[in-house]
Amino acid sequence: MSDEKKPGLRSPLRRKLLMGMAALPAISLLPRTSFAEAPPTSAVNTTGLAVTDSEVTVGILHSVTGTMAISETGSVEAEKLAIEQINAEGGVLGRKIKFIQEDGASDWPTFAEKAKKLLVNDKCAAVMGCWTSASRKAVLPVFEQYNGMLYYPTFYEGLEQSKNVIYTGQEATQQIIAGLDWVNKTKGAKTFYLLGSDYIWPRTSNKIARKHIEGHLQGAKVVGEEYFPLGHTQFNSVINKIKLTKPDVIYAIIVGGSNVAFYKQLKAAGIDLSKQTLLTISVTEDEIDGIGGENIAGAYACMKYFQSLDNPNNKAFVAAFKKMWGEKTVIGDVTQAAYLGPWLWKLTVEKAGSFDIDKIAAASPGVEFKGAPEGYVRIHENHHLWSKTRVGRAKADGQYELIYETADLVEPDPFPKGYQ
Amino acid sequence: MIINSRFFNRTELIGFVALALLLFVILPLSLDIFRLNLVAKYLTYAFVGIGLVLCWGYGGILSLGQGVFFGLGGYCMAMYLKLEASSVANTKIQSTPGIPDFMDWNQLTQLPFFWKPFHSFPITLLAIILVPGIFAFIIGAAMFKRRVGGVYFAIITQAIAAIMTILIVGQQGYTGGINGITDLRTLHGWDIRTDHAKFILYFVEVVLLFGCIIAAQFIRLTKLGRILVAMREQEDRVRFSGYSVANFKIFAFCAAAIFAAIGGAMFTLEVGFMSPSFVGIVPSIEMVIYTAVGGRMSIFGAVWGSLLVNFAKTSLSESFPQLWLFGLGALFIAVVLAFPNGLSGIWQDYVQPHIDRLLASRKSKPGNGFPVADGAPAE
Repeated sequence: MSDEKKPGLRSPLRRKLLMGMAALPAISLLPRTSFAEAPPTSAVNTTGLAVTDSEVTVGILHSVTGTMAISETGSVEAEKLAIEQINAEGGVLGRKIKFIQEDGASDWPTFAEKAKKLLVNDKCAAVMGCWTSASRKAVLPVFEQYNGMLYYPTFYEGLEQSKNVIYTGQEATQQIIAGLDWVNKTKGAKTFYLLGSDYIWPRTSNKIARKHIEGHLQGAKVVGEEYFPLGHTQFNSVINKIKLTKPDVIYAIIVGGSNVAFYKQLKAAGIDLSKQTLLTISVTEDEIDGIGGENIAGAYACMKYFQSLDNPNNKAFVAAFKKMWGEKTVIGDVTQAAYLGPWLWKLTVEKAGSFDIDKIAAASPGVEFKGAPEGYVRIHENHHLWSKTRVGRAKADGQYELIYETADLVEPDPFPKGYQ
Repeated sequence: MIINSRFFNRTELIGFVALALLLFVILPLSLDIFRLNLVAKYLTYAFVGIGLVLCWGYGGILSLGQGVFFGLGGYCMAMYLKLEASSVANTKIQSTPGIPDFMDWNQLTQLPFFWKPFHSFPITLLAIILVPGIFAFIIGAAMFKRRVGGVYFAIITQAIAAIMTILIVGQQGYTGGINGITDLRTLHGWDIRTDHAKFILYFVEVVLLFGCIIAAQFIRLTKLGRILVAMREQEDRVRFSGYSVANFKIFAFCAAAIFAAIGGAMFTLEVGFMSPSFVGIVPSIEMVIYTAVGGRMSIFGAVWGSLLVNFAKTSLSESFPQLWLFGLGALFIAVVLAFPNGLSGIWQDYVQPHIDRLLASRKSKPGNGFPVADGAPAE
């Protein structure tokens, strides 16, 4: 769609990418001299990170066991794909990326322990990782104390900004405001029913949504707001309330396994999503896999990426992803954001001309990645990404069909004034 | 009934000295600060394990809710540390400066009343002991006075663990919710995040651990300890002999709770945060497993069990990030199937006889100086 605007900018990189992929089998045959232009290690690594003349070590820290494994596996796969592609292109500053993978085991202290291990023991030059806010909160003090660099992929509630983290997902306002404006304008929606799982992200997101609905949309109001414990599976009473209040929009931020019960019960209660507008910010293609496309078809999701995006970057990305991890894999919003991590890090290191964390942190603002599957992204001074907001409609085959996207990149604003 | 005149018999003395040597000398000298901090984290579970040896091994009261007390101790400490980290200067970005960040996100505008005492360090230290102690007393009194025991008690403690998690997660404005209480910095003005602080905290913890070992050993050797064993074997006989079974059970349960709480408080200091993931059913059961692997009849076994299982957990997950849980599961099954008395059982059955024979042959003296084996029925 809008990606056609900058074909001249994008195609060289894409060609490079494809060439890189084609060269994969031959890469082991390449003589060391092909990296001869690599600057000496002493110049690019002054703080004792795990960088040698031929290699640089990064960490991957996600849950591959436990309840979060189902969500985080996609991120691990995307990060490994990006690393492989970067290596095929010649690596970072002439050095191949080697990764050390650790398992956070869906357990926040384990994340903290493993983060410390990756930074202190392994001296990783960067870490791609974490998924839930809780795990990020657990590792944040570790990254700040030992001066590491974390690339965090998930859309999240905002209210955070750190020198030691690059947030490659959307903060709350980027995901919420444009979607509400869209539904208000195109559907004439005036009444909203807010739902969410009971923890920090849905609560903060709904707080922002409520402020926007009540303060910025003419004549719109919130007619209900309810929260459910994580893993909750009985939604009948709230569905009855929805039937009574007849809101124009159901705004749902239900996460994880609860989604399956929620959408099935919604359908069983006779709420037809092709007539009743439902907008969610928590269901990606990964979740639809569990919910079943037929149960959620017609619902709208507000994300920055859908697997179905029609642009050359994304087509190459989806093809490479499926080639590496199998035809059946689906790619959700967070998986794409995780893919950006290694690339943004590589581009930042090259801009800074150094692996030093302080220099990367300073060089990050302004780094742009034109090969992003979602289109074009750029790092903001606050270490979040400028990216577009998109609305898609779920189809029975489990994919989203792009309905709307913002004309311009949306500025990240983790501490939104007037929304707190 | 033989009551040992000495505080430790020879076997226990060897165990005590070996453990002291390991924790005070060998580990600090051989490990870097990162690994030492990990050992410190493992040892926090040993506190829970010692409590379980008393209450489960000796008293026969299986509690599947020790995580609750571990968590209460940990949260008390975390609340104090969080208040110290949330000074007005540190939190001026918030709409209400001076309160913990998660309260601000949840639209609280002032500190809840039950947080206020935690501005004071002495009160915090008291609370770490008293809050879990009193809570355990209430549960214990409610259950044991009604003669609820055995499996039913285990199920109820498990339910309490589940309730506690739901409460903490649900009241996120007051408790930090599922994220827990994070970003803790200083203890009474002393930065706990530095390597130096970790080193000192390790020794503080080991000293406390030995304090608990000695306290547990003391309880075990008194008449009280013998009554606990008697109760486990034949509760009715003890009752008919005129003892108040319920009171002894309550005592053992409270003691176990307080040990667990000390462990929890140390955990917060060592790891730097506290979250509901240590309170629920799964961590509570894990704590029982550490004790079972170490040997539920042995105080030292509990310490070794916590150390070894956690060490296995870390090293397996570092080497096999995708498969380590299976390895750990296999380890548990193998230990429980093959060695029902855990590591200390292996020691007593296979290693101890050799040592005894060696000593006996050298001194050519019959080994009748040994007291009744730990946990043998007291009849």
